[in-house]
Amino acid sequence: MRTVDPNWKRWWTRRITRRRLIRGTALGAAGLAAAAAVGCDDDGTPGQTPSPGQTPTQAPLEALSISNWPYYIDADTIADFQDEMGVSVSYTQDIGDNDEFFAKIREPLSRGQGIGRDIVVFTDWMAGRMIRLGYVQELNKANIPNWENMRADLKNVAFDTGRKYSLVWQSGLTGIGYNPKLTKRELKSVNDIFDPAFSGHVTMLTEMRDTIGLVMLGLGKDPATATVADAQAAVDKIQPFVDNGHIRAFTDNSYADDLARGDVWAAFAWSGDVVQLQLDNPDLVFLTPDEGMMLWSDNMMIPIGAEHKEEAEAFMNYVYDPAHQAQIEAYIQYIPPVEGTKEAIAEIDESLVDNPLIFPDAATLAQANVFKPLEEEEERQFNELFLALTG
Amino acid sequence: MLGRLRPLIPYLLLAPGIAWLTVFFLFPMFTLARTSLQAGTLETGFRFVWEWRNYTDSLDRFQEQFVRSFRYAATATVLAFIIGYPLAYAIAFRAGRYKNALLFLVIMPFFTTYLIRTLAWQTILSDQGDVLSALSAIGAMDVLDALGISQNGRLLATPTAVVTAITYNFLPFMVLPIYVSLDRIDRRLVEAAQDLYGGPLRAFLRVVFPLSLPGVFAGSLLTFIPATGDFINAEILGSPKTRMIGNVIQSRFLEVSDYPWAAALSFILLAMILAAVLVYARLLGTEELTG
Repeated sequence: MRTVDPNWKRWWTRRITRRRLIRGTALGAAGLAAAAAVGCDDDGTPGQTPSPGQTPTQAPLEALSISNWPYYIDADTIADFQDEMGVSVSYTQDIGDNDEFFAKIREPLSRGQGIGRDIVVFTDWMAGRMIRLGYVQELNKANIPNWENMRADLKNVAFDTGRKYSLVWQSGLTGIGYNPKLTKRELKSVNDIFDPAFSGHVTMLTEMRDTIGLVMLGLGKDPATATVADAQAAVDKIQPFVDNGHIRAFTDNSYADDLARGDVWAAFAWSGDVVQLQLDNPDLVFLTPDEGMMLWSDNMMIPIGAEHKEEAEAFMNYVYDPAHQAQIEAYIQYIPPVEGTKEAIAEIDESLVDNPLIFPDAATLAQANVFKPLEEEEERQFNELFLALTG
Repeated sequence: MLGRLRPLIPYLLLAPGIAWLTVFFLFPMFTLARTSLQAGTLETGFRFVWEWRNYTDSLDRFQEQFVRSFRYAATATVLAFIIGYPLAYAIAFRAGRYKNALLFLVIMPFFTTYLIRTLAWQTILSDQGDVLSALSAIGAMDVLDALGISQNGRLLATPTAVVTAITYNFLPFMVLPIYVSLDRIDRRLVEAAQDLYGGPLRAFLRVVFPLSLPGVFAGSLLTFIPATGDFINAEILGSPKTRMIGNVIQSRFLEVSDYPWAAALSFILLAMILAAVLVYARLLGTEELTG
């Protein structure tokens, strides 16, 4: 009986994303410094010097434990937060996949036990499931005054009315990343990915909502009102291309390496990834298909049993300060959930202000689709259909 | 005092091993068996209801992946034997003072993790990489395409890539046991065979090879069993058309959180491997295997 190392996929994800560390010597060096600082705290050594406001005798608070996706933060924010608040932080990049991470923490949570983490970050639909199952704590907004800075369109979501339990960490878009030099033509539509000339050089995402959502758009169906029949139609559209080897793989962010290397010519891809990859391979293009894109958000939540709820809320408050948000954003280049980030980012890098992938204009957002929140039984049916494709 | 305890000593010596197996083998197996008969969903919870359908339904659904896994594993085992036996033979009989150095080289890949070794092949076999460029420059890719070894001028995301990588990853498990059993052979037996007018080939076939069978048996099991359940090679170097049963179990456990099916599939795989091994042992003759 082989046991499966639940972390192997994370290794894999990390391989792709490490490129983000090598973006410049300055940033790289800063990253190492921050890693050293955080690592120091992991060992239980309080690394921070107390800020002027604190009495030096004050015992350092225990580590606030945050789990997030790989390379979803800049190198300095954690260290800055530690210095400013006198809280030591253990920041772990151990979420590579919603389902996988959920499977990892479900057991203790279902027994009402803590998971040794004070903040976890999940995509909308999984955040909804966490809330539905009662695995997260209600946020004390009195500790998070900055939450008012949240973009208005994010403040009320179906899975968390009034944002009682979750705050968006970042949003992003799913579209098509491709290399015009290899495809030898310009892509416009989602359906262009099925061009027979690209056989064996196309990947789609294992994230069901992204792949099925995009293909539905190509079929002229609306992911916001997706029915099982729509999902079936999308699966029927994809199936022959799996059977004839047109689709090379269904992937998590591992498509990124293949895309940069040229094995994959066109892929369903996440906006921030492609922006990062362009540093490696300037030929790459992130396409907004004519039919639209998928829009998603990842949400910070405090799981039950968290030992540092107040510190967790202090951290949420910290990153919802536009200046702090801008610092993160300039590095990771997803879509910030905080109003005022644009103004703040101008002071860091003027060129980022006009990037429609970071600050999508109304026209871009009008093309962004959010997948319908699925009931459990419906979700099972969608997943089952999708699994028939991916095995 | 010690005299009275003496009969107990073997059991005391066995105790740590038995305790280990109970905790880390029997107990998980029992839990897995229970899980495989549960019904329900993640959100409503799973309940133990003797759901035997998990076995029939999942086997029915993933027949293709089972067959594929056994086909790939068998091919890889045969390839590893064809490559590994001459290598082990050369190290045991012909390497002289380089024996240890060569053995070290065989084990060397293990100094890098399994995952990284497999990922390296992704780069080596890359569509835009040097290997494929060189192969297509001399027209070899057309030949390979025609033979069905590569597809559309690429090696990645083909069964060839998966089977080759499995062979590569498990080769040392084939070489080492064969080497050990060859190395143990009394050379005088070979000389005796030659004295009795057996040519080199006859001496090999009648003396050396039969004596090395325990090594061949151990080596092929050590290759075949983990290869059948492997999922990393197919995941990294394969395509949706090369998914093995290990991929299915991995995704059922970790992505779909369908524990009952995952557990049932694991048991079916276990039973199939056990059956295959028994048949293999019978074919090879059990008395040969005790050495």
